[in-house]
Amino acid sequence: MITKEEVEHMGWLARIEIHESEAQAYAKKLSSVLDYFSQLAEVDTENVSPTYHVADIVNVFREDVVRPSMPQEEVLANTEKKQEGNFLAPRIM
Amino acid sequence: MSGWANISQVKEKITQGSAEDITTSYLKRIKKSKINAYTTVWEGAAEKAREIDEQGHNGSLAGIPIAIKDNISTKGISTTCSSKILQGYVPPYDAHVIERLKDAGAIILGKTNMDEFAMGTSTESSCYGPTLNPWDMERVSGGSSGGSAAAVAAGEAPIALGSDTGGSVRCPAAFCGVVGLKPTYGTISRYGLISYASSLEQIGPLATCVADIAALMDVIGGYDARDSTSVKTETVYKDALVDNVSDLKIGVPAEYFGAGIDPAVESAVWDAIQLFEELGASWEQVSLPHTPYALAACYIIAMSEASSNLARFDGTRYGYRKEGENWHVMASRTRAEGFGAEVKRRILLGTYALSAGYHDKYYLKALRVRTLVKRDFDLALKEFDCLMTPTMPVPAFKLGEKVDDPLALYLADVNTVPINLAGVPSISLPCGYTDGLPIGLQIIGKHFDEATVLRAAYSFEQNTEHHTRRPVEVV
Amino acid sequence: MVYENPDGVKIGLEIHVQLNKLNTKLFCGCSTDYHNAEPNTHVCPVCLGLPGSLPVLNRKAVEFALKVGLALNCDIVEQTQFHRKNYYYPDLPKGFQTTQYDFPIAGHGKVIIDGEDGERIIRITRAHMEEDPGKLMHMGSIEKSKGTLINYNRSGMTLIEIVTEPDMRSPKEARRFLDKLRSILEYLDVFNGDLEGAMRVDANVSVMGGDRVEVKNISSHKGVEKAALYEIMRQKNFIRRGDKVVMETRHFDEARGVTLSMRTKEEEHDYRYFPEPDLVPMRVADWVPGVQKTLPELPDAKRDRFMREYRIADMHAKALTSDIKVADFYEHVALRVCPGAAAVWVADILKGELNYRDIGVHAFKVEDMIEIIELVIGNKITERSGVEIIRTILDNGGTPKTIVKEKGLIKVEEDIIIKAVTETLEENPEALQDYLDGKEKSLNFLVGQVMKKTAGRSDAKTTRKMLLERINKLPQK
Repeated sequence: MITKEEVEHMGWLARIEIHESEAQAYAKKLSSVLDYFSQLAEVDTENVSPTYHVADIVNVFREDVVRPSMPQEEVLANTEKKQEGNFLAPRIM
Repeated sequence: MSGWANISQVKEKITQGSAEDITTSYLKRIKKSKINAYTTVWEGAAEKAREIDEQGHNGSLAGIPIAIKDNISTKGISTTCSSKILQGYVPPYDAHVIERLKDAGAIILGKTNMDEFAMGTSTESSCYGPTLNPWDMERVSGGSSGGSAAAVAAGEAPIALGSDTGGSVRCPAAFCGVVGLKPTYGTISRYGLISYASSLEQIGPLATCVADIAALMDVIGGYDARDSTSVKTETVYKDALVDNVSDLKIGVPAEYFGAGIDPAVESAVWDAIQLFEELGASWEQVSLPHTPYALAACYIIAMSEASSNLARFDGTRYGYRKEGENWHVMASRTRAEGFGAEVKRRILLGTYALSAGYHDKYYLKALRVRTLVKRDFDLALKEFDCLMTPTMPVPAFKLGEKVDDPLALYLADVNTVPINLAGVPSISLPCGYTDGLPIGLQIIGKHFDEATVLRAAYSFEQNTEHHTRRPVEVV
Repeated sequence: MVYENPDGVKIGLEIHVQLNKLNTKLFCGCSTDYHNAEPNTHVCPVCLGLPGSLPVLNRKAVEFALKVGLALNCDIVEQTQFHRKNYYYPDLPKGFQTTQYDFPIAGHGKVIIDGEDGERIIRITRAHMEEDPGKLMHMGSIEKSKGTLINYNRSGMTLIEIVTEPDMRSPKEARRFLDKLRSILEYLDVFNGDLEGAMRVDANVSVMGGDRVEVKNISSHKGVEKAALYEIMRQKNFIRRGDKVVMETRHFDEARGVTLSMRTKEEEHDYRYFPEPDLVPMRVADWVPGVQKTLPELPDAKRDRFMREYRIADMHAKALTSDIKVADFYEHVALRVCPGAAAVWVADILKGELNYRDIGVHAFKVEDMIEIIELVIGNKITERSGVEIIRTILDNGGTPKTIVKEKGLIKVEEDIIIKAVTETLEENPEALQDYLDGKEKSLNFLVGQVMKKTAGRSDAKTTRKMLLERINKLPQK
């Protein structure tokens, strides 16, 4: 149901490296789940609107009042990869 | 001391001795334990207890030790969601519930084991290995809040917090023979809870008795401006602890006693319903016709939201990182190595369910089915004060039994997930035993009517002995 | 005259505007005042995307967005919500951008600009709210860099993305549109265009009915004009060679003035939009009347009023109203001195001097402008001296009074001129005679001589007048 190629594409979209050797096994396992999910097609949902939130809440706001930010040291505390107050990542491309 | 104590018993011990003594004895017990309930034990706990002793035990939970699921942010204490990808991550802030607990004087013992990112029903997908069931160490503790439930069951904490996205508080509560509540969506702020599926999950308390659940709810429940889905409620949970169900109209949904249910579970739940009848309640069968589709809908929604919620774990700012020649490769390798198999499967499925061409077939369809499932509950709960079902169709299964079969594992959640889709409250409490394994009764209530759920559970507890049974000492 | 648009140029713009006049970010209480701050000092768990953090919407950001929508003559949506746009990039700390999708807060608007052939309507497709990502610094060029530094201070700033229809027919019209947009936004007091990164533009350019090419992330109005010019030329050459322009995304190299293809695997997207479950829907249509009431007079209305109220020319009114600060400056001046003279002094002279120095009108005091105009109108100083005072104030500071004194700019007293006239006529009898004989030019010579004696402190007009008076009074020979 889900092909090896689709698995690889999902892996790219989700930034999860999938080795070619794994793709087939993923495809099989994911397909069995998707197969189960497909039973939803049986349900008549014509004229049924989707429920995104169970609670019927609208218009939740905060006022435009400044709250303290974190000190730089704390911001960077969870990584070793930093430089001059910045996070340090590999080049992008 | 024996670790099994409820809040009022611990309070008594504090009055006789000190919070520090109590905390130290729990820490000792945790250290000796073989069930692997904790991922991190907080080394500051005893000192904090001494501070509380010195300050004179102010607050409703002053000096009461508590175990916290490892997906709830605790300032200065490692919070990893039992995942390699969050190794070394120490939150710089407290979740709302942690702030509330600290204000009430509770002592955090440590963080408890869970299925990685709360994705599971057995706590076997944890990067720290499974938490064993205190009733039978060859069996799972349930999940995903297995560590919290097992800690309470094994007397390694009097009370604990878990989180429930599709049954993650109620399932381990049932498997470990403790009480666990999934409150109405919006009752407890999710601020600081590391999201798996935002629209489904709530933090929930676990304890040895219903009174402790109410005591915890009185501390952690209520509005928080930092969670836009938080709702203002006025409930005083303790007031619900009344032993009277004479007016109670109970609905028993036939769909929850379907194929695959263990006969011992079925009979224990019917015994419970019969007891309610003896106590003056009335019951009738009711149908929630869309139940068979709830599982697929819930999983599709959860995986879709998860694929986005877990996108932030890219190795750039915190946690595990596997270098690569560029950022995208680094992120892809970090995530390939940092996430476990089940988490990766769910992210991939969620990505698929939202992707161009499949969005309507899976994601949108699931949301429409959710409307129907919710409507079933709305109708049934218009007629009845609460619904009663088995929490889990089976008692705790063997370790390793379902690890390699994701679908079989998902199917175990069949009685708990519809509740998350509808957002209603539901409690699991012990209602019997089979072969020495606990069985959970699930009581489902109306939106924001935790009071009725707690009253029913409390009345049951007052008239039965199931909750007093303890596993054989495992330490 | 109708503009023919011989190359069939169509330009549409997508403009990211930072609503930087808010105090705090879109979803958290971090201050927006980060422009001169150390990196990663204006962040919190929310805008850093820490696990467990949740967004809460800034009410004022919604009000600002409504203001923008209304000022662009848009319809406001009844109910809307935020969506997650899912993609991976290191400046995006949550791995998704919170933005609006199928129901933008505003849509179907229009803005009138000065087009190639008179007024032109540019249609606004939509305007939606979203959060700004952090800022990346590549250590070296983007392809060859050793690494990337990430500063999340900008992360979570409120953006409003304004999308136009492809209604601009030339790079000049695109530039005019952007100037007009900036002017409107500054009038609304939601935006300070002087701050770095306040406005970033993507331009969609097509020629002769071909596919459109998107040039991404241009940071200045001039840049947009240049990028569009280059793109038109490139596409025309392409077509001339018989090739077909393909739809693609390009990047503008501002230094070299060229656009470069940036097609990579990273650009293949499937954003998997879905409603942000951590935020609830908003229903703000009933805010519209209230917000409408707070809308200030906008540039077009102000221009019309200036023409009507101050009786100044269209050209002056336009020049005075394009920048709200200049317009306010002018009005303060015009209330105290002759509005016509004020228009000349502010629109022609002061604005010219400011533009030359690339500084804003805030650098000049209303009181000083009034004083200078009064001195000129009162005939105390010459126009040239007035200009000199403006330049001196802008370059070295000081007040008109002190500068007049230091430089001796006050026009000399009339009797000094009279004395100089008398002397000049006595010293130059030949020139006088030549004039009396009908040689008009001799008068200019005499005017020059008088001005020389007064060291230029009398102006030519007055000198000429006084000379003629004296000559006419001379006994006829």
